[in-house]
Amino acid sequence: MFELSPTEWTAILLSLRVAVIATLVATPLGIGVAWLLARRDFWGKSVVDALIHLPLVLPPVVTGYLLLLTLGRRGLVGAWLADHLGIVFAFRWTGAALACGVMSFPLLVRPIRLSIEAIDRRLEQAAGTLGAAPWQVFATITLPLALPGVLAGMVLGFAKAIGEFGATITFVSNIPGETQTISSAIYSLIQTPDGDTAALRLVLISIVIAMSALIASEWFARRATQRLHGN
Amino acid sequence: MLRVEVIKKLGEFTLEASFTSDGRVTGLFGASGAGKTSLINMIAGLLRPDRGSIVIDGETLDDTTARIHVPAHRRRIGYVFQDARLFPHLDVRQNLDFGRRMNRLADDPAQRARVTDLLDIGGLLDRRPGQLSGGERQRVALGRALLSKPRLLLLDEPLGSLDEGRKVEILPYLVRLRDEAGVPMVYVSHDAGEMRQLATQIVILKRGRVIAFGGGEILPLAASG
Repeated sequence: MFELSPTEWTAILLSLRVAVIATLVATPLGIGVAWLLARRDFWGKSVVDALIHLPLVLPPVVTGYLLLLTLGRRGLVGAWLADHLGIVFAFRWTGAALACGVMSFPLLVRPIRLSIEAIDRRLEQAAGTLGAAPWQVFATITLPLALPGVLAGMVLGFAKAIGEFGATITFVSNIPGETQTISSAIYSLIQTPDGDTAALRLVLISIVIAMSALIASEWFARRATQRLHGN
Repeated sequence: MLRVEVIKKLGEFTLEASFTSDGRVTGLFGASGAGKTSLINMIAGLLRPDRGSIVIDGETLDDTTARIHVPAHRRRIGYVFQDARLFPHLDVRQNLDFGRRMNRLADDPAQRARVTDLLDIGGLLDRRPGQLSGGERQRVALGRALLSKPRLLLLDEPLGSLDEGRKVEILPYLVRLRDEAGVPMVYVSHDAGEMRQLATQIVILKRGRVIAFGGGEILPLAASG
């Protein structure tokens, strides 16, 4: 029962790789967007805000299909990327990472934005009067104080990315060894006769990964809060 | 020398203040709501005047007709806020060192020792702001502003959030600062007693206008402390 087959191992490792890459690439971008939304007023801000949250409310299959239309091999952007830069997302694990990144982005941005909004702007002003240029204020005051939110966002985003199914399978299909993540492997297994035990094994693995991520985030958040307010 | 000539609309009244001061400590005196904090926020560069100019030692920091507005971080003006505003994620040592790091100044152990001695904060260096009393916090904020080597120090009611006992504790440090630190200061307060003890020149503000300028003799006697 607890012997994992090579296909299952491949799916688990691929899921981890996809979710880790998606989170690592999305985090700096998410911090930038969260900062813009929290600290700047600009024309079209509500549109940007809505666009970011769109994957949260759209059916995942729609997001996946939109990705296929734009970034697929014959998509507007996808064709250009493939011809000029040799970058292909469709039916590759990188495409799975992209789909997961897009789907988890709203969950990643939200806690970061909230924690930046919670920072007393007067501290940032004080840093300015001490000679800190805006980017220095961001690096030495805003970002360290928002760290618990950044970590919370990363864990939430990672958890979403590792469980993502609809957009991924629509955009990059379900190719063992290339785009078959835990979720799509489970989906295949429950459609196969005698696949139940294997499916159950992967279900257990998913629970373990999700639980570890939650516990890790709690631990990080507590440590970060202690560090910030260390009394 | 500090020359201020500004107009700024603030809600229901207009701040319209002009004065020139070359005193060691320029006192800005007035009731709350008179526009004192807005005025020094403009000197600090945190607030932009609608019209007018601010010049310090011949260098123009604001001039609306010439479209000059030097941002706060390039003014080299230290600011001690009423609520200290120490950085909660840094210990006292790192708070004190912040201005030096941001301005990429060379390490100056002699200056650091002088300031920590002057303010008696040598024993607090490893603490976090959350572990300090109100008076200690305000002394660290003074040290932090001084160590960024400002050419002018703004103090916005630095005793305002302290109870009477603590005020008596801090006031001697401010007098020492005036006599020993060699940095000109603008001191904001609504307390005539503090003004008398610290300020060498006094600007009295009322509802956004300068109504008097001079020495301690212009302060209202009734409110003397």
